Amino acid sequence: MKFGVVVFPGSNCDHDAFYAIGNVLKKPVEFIWHQSEDLANCDAIILPGGFSYGDYLRTGAIARFSPVMNSVEKFAHSGGLVLGICNGFQILCEAGLLPGAMMRNSGLRFICRHVHIRVEQTDTPFTNAAERGQILKIPIAHSDGNYTCDEATLADLERNRQVIFRYTTPDGKDDDAGNPNGAVRNIAGVCNRERNVAGLMPHPERASEAALGSADGLVIFRSMVEALVGAAKATA
Amino acid sequence: MATATTEIRVTPEIAAEHGLTAEEYARVKQILGREPNITELGIFSVMWSEHCSYKSSKVHLKRLPTRGKLVVQGPGENAGVVDIGDGLVAAFKIESHNHPSYVEPFQGATTGVGGILRDIFTMGARPIAVLDSLRFGEIIAGKRTTKEEAAKNRRILDGVVRGIGSYGNCFGVPTVGGEVAFEPCYSQNPLVNALALGIARKEDLFFAKAKGAGNPVIYVGAKTGRDGIHGASLLASAEFTEESRQKRPNVQVGDPFMEKLLLEACLEAMQTGAVVAIQDMGAAGLTCSTVEMASRGGTGIEIDLAKVPQRETGMTPYEIMLSESQERMLLVAEKGREHEVLAVFKKWGLDAVVVGRVTEGGLARIKNSGSVAAEIPAHPLAEEGPVYNRPIAAPAPRVESEKDWFAFAPEGTNLTQNFLKLLASPAIASKRWITEQYDTSVRTNTLAGPGASDAAVVRIKDPKTNVVKRALALSTDGNGRWCQLNPRVGAMHAVAEAARNIAASGARPIAATNCLNFGSPEKPEVMWQFSETIDGIAVACNALGTPITGGNVSFYNETLGKSIFPTPVIGMLGVLDDVSRVLKIAFRNDGDTIVLLDGFGVGATLGSPAGGASPAPTLGLIPRTDLGNQSPACHSERSEESGLVPPVIASRQFSSSEYSKTVGGIVAGEPPAIDLATEKRLINCLVALAADGAVESAHDISDGGLAVTLAESCFANQPDACHPESPRSSRGEGSAFSFLGATVNLDDSSPAEHALFGERGARAIVSVSRTNLAAVLAIARQYNVAAREIGRITRGDAFRIEHKGRAVIDSPVEILHDAWAHSLERSISGK
Repeated sequence: MKFGVVVFPGSNCDHDAFYAIGNVLKKPVEFIWHQSEDLANCDAIILPGGFSYGDYLRTGAIARFSPVMNSVEKFAHSGGLVLGICNGFQILCEAGLLPGAMMRNSGLRFICRHVHIRVEQTDTPFTNAAERGQILKIPIAHSDGNYTCDEATLADLERNRQVIFRYTTPDGKDDDAGNPNGAVRNIAGVCNRERNVAGLMPHPERASEAALGSADGLVIFRSMVEALVGAAKATA
Repeated sequence: MATATTEIRVTPEIAAEHGLTAEEYARVKQILGREPNITELGIFSVMWSEHCSYKSSKVHLKRLPTRGKLVVQGPGENAGVVDIGDGLVAAFKIESHNHPSYVEPFQGATTGVGGILRDIFTMGARPIAVLDSLRFGEIIAGKRTTKEEAAKNRRILDGVVRGIGSYGNCFGVPTVGGEVAFEPCYSQNPLVNALALGIARKEDLFFAKAKGAGNPVIYVGAKTGRDGIHGASLLASAEFTEESRQKRPNVQVGDPFMEKLLLEACLEAMQTGAVVAIQDMGAAGLTCSTVEMASRGGTGIEIDLAKVPQRETGMTPYEIMLSESQERMLLVAEKGREHEVLAVFKKWGLDAVVVGRVTEGGLARIKNSGSVAAEIPAHPLAEEGPVYNRPIAAPAPRVESEKDWFAFAPEGTNLTQNFLKLLASPAIASKRWITEQYDTSVRTNTLAGPGASDAAVVRIKDPKTNVVKRALALSTDGNGRWCQLNPRVGAMHAVAEAARNIAASGARPIAATNCLNFGSPEKPEVMWQFSETIDGIAVACNALGTPITGGNVSFYNETLGKSIFPTPVIGMLGVLDDVSRVLKIAFRNDGDTIVLLDGFGVGATLGSPAGGASPAPTLGLIPRTDLGNQSPACHSERSEESGLVPPVIASRQFSSSEYSKTVGGIVAGEPPAIDLATEKRLINCLVALAADGAVESAHDISDGGLAVTLAESCFANQPDACHPESPRSSRGEGSAFSFLGATVNLDDSSPAEHALFGERGARAIVSVSRTNLAAVLAIARQYNVAAREIGRITRGDAFRIEHKGRAVIDSPVEILHDAWAHSLERSISGK
């Protein structure tokens, strides 16, 4: 089992994702340079947070054209696990691997704080180790996390149970008070219809040790590990 | 502006327009042995500007202690470096970007952050934290601030905060702390001081010393444009006038994405082993980097401007040499290995061009294609510039009497309303509105972000192995009001408070950096303030064992002839060996005892660390401090035998407090007396308590006094203190507020306001569980620190302080919290 963390110019949470996988979970992990089309036989790919290409033009809009994204797309279509965190989520939306798009936060400012998200679905490789309805405390840090999509897409997302995380209050209410950025229906994270590609705005890698204020984010990486172990057993 | 073809002839008038005095111009001619051409004149003018040459401050800065057994690099390099154990070093420095931030707040602040980050990674250290020390004019209209002025100050604040956030967030360094203060004097001249910290393995450090004749000189990073010509160097070397807004084009523009690429590329290039020296292009751009590298290395340097990547066509040598375009570096590579370096920059998509070489003989020769544009001996230009011992004159003594000072309320007055007002004042109120706009958690090292502890605490991962070693604590402090009233004592307080903050986070203070913000050095009173401040810092740093490893002087902080308060800002660094021992300010358990630690100790004679017979300050009057000749004012008025200062002095020292300003509208008197031995005892005691794991929380007493300290510890306990309910979520609808409250009894004979809101140093509050109480008291005794049980943490919402048996503050925590938590946001939105 091996994780790959893609490094775009301007990625700045690449080291953090690497650390969470390699040093906290102690699973093999390596960096993948954005100009490489070789995913180095990784079993799961993480597109980390940051400001790829300075987020100039539009978040994720330039990074999606990096050579590595051709391989990531193929990998995703063949069922490989791809997780986009924050800027990685934005890139996946731009690349069309996930539905929807990001607008500027409703308060028009960058926000960095711990928020609470509720696990909505557990039949995904990103949430299988969590309980349905479990509340995770995880930080956000973004200017453009106001998730949006058209009505038809939204209906699809709900019908296919693709909304996997929603912002809530600490006690689990998905109302306006729990919504930090104006995202439609408090959506914090979604997966694709095939459930092997997911993106979320909060940073689970920053919530991987109690000393940092929360270890709730680990459950997402643990889920991926379990999914990979399960897949390996199935093929064995 | 000169062009290559129509060269402007240099005259004494043009030299004067460049800010060179007649004597300086004569010195230029002497060094060159001829008249300078316009490019050379430009080079001299920026190198000898106040900002780059420290010509007015040098003679005083020598008095600062800069050595210590942990100091690897003192002042003189891009940043100071200290040994933090395990083969690791910390590079850190604070720098001002005041003038550009007034002219253009957003870009001024971004480039301030960008500049200090480059100073750190130029040394080979990866930046892991930034702190910002900010000063603005009042943001709420009042007696001394008009509505328009307050609105303008809010816009400046907003621009600066957005600027800092925009740069640090994109670059990927957490902004973990700092402070913000407001005084009318900063209205026309805000202060933006940015501190950056980086770490490296000791053997991976780089220095800005050119070496090896024939080695190629490589230009990397952003292209050179016409932006920022005379930006930092001249903006920061003259005071503001009405026309200063027209200097907006002189302000540089920051590109944090470019800087991020530059960081990664530089660190990677350094790993090739082919980099000999490196220096960032900050103030005075290409001029400063070429000349200083050659001067430090005792070599010459030759570059060809035609090879410099340029953003615009038709730039003259003058413009290229003086441009302050951001995100550029100059490095010297090992001859024959330049391709290894160039390859790294190519990988990161950055310009990297060999523009020249290191030469023998000490000349900085600037060519432009075939012709020589400038030829100046590097060392005299960099090191033999003018040095001034400017006239110093103490201002006329302030004539004040008792009626100018704060008059304490009659006994038994309920002070809850005043307390609410104090909590809501911008200086005391929660800074969450600001700090939430900063990425505080990127790099996953932040153990205590803004407001969690008295200092920001970040853990260190070994750059090679990622293994977590120890943690570093950082704090910035500086009380301009106190320095205005008494620069020497104010400066001592700045050092002491910064160190106390470090200790209250559990770390041991080891070294400091300073940013000295002052008015015009051409005014003898300002130079007196400066000189006094240097002496205050020197005395305090010596006493506390924290050498100054670098920093920055910012003069000419004046507008229309009015100086700011003298504002030294101290950035203190501490080391915490056990990352699990971070102390935070939040009260944790209902029933814990609240203990007031007081460095004035039990039976210690003030000013004599050996101890003696003077009583603890139970009479409530401020113990006298033997400041000797450091503070003639205090000295002359102390009462010789009692060990206590008469009530009139208490009132006088209270008049400089935040409470006096906010509630009484009075800013007068003196800063609280300070005794460094006392401060040191408290610091050692706090470090020992942290190492022992004996206390549940710690919070030093500073702005707003004991009452504010207690309240903040209650607020911080809220389970989601890092993101309290937003104002729109109405209270009452079952929102689960579960504050801890406090009941405190001050058995103290001083006036209630003095006991609650006095800001005398050397004190901290710790909360202690029943089981650890005896151990804590024993440790305090061991360090000769008085430990008084003053109250208890309670479950529920009551915050109650009794004084002489009567409740003087009595309020639900929630009400206090509401005043404190949302005030800044409300003021900024103008409501």
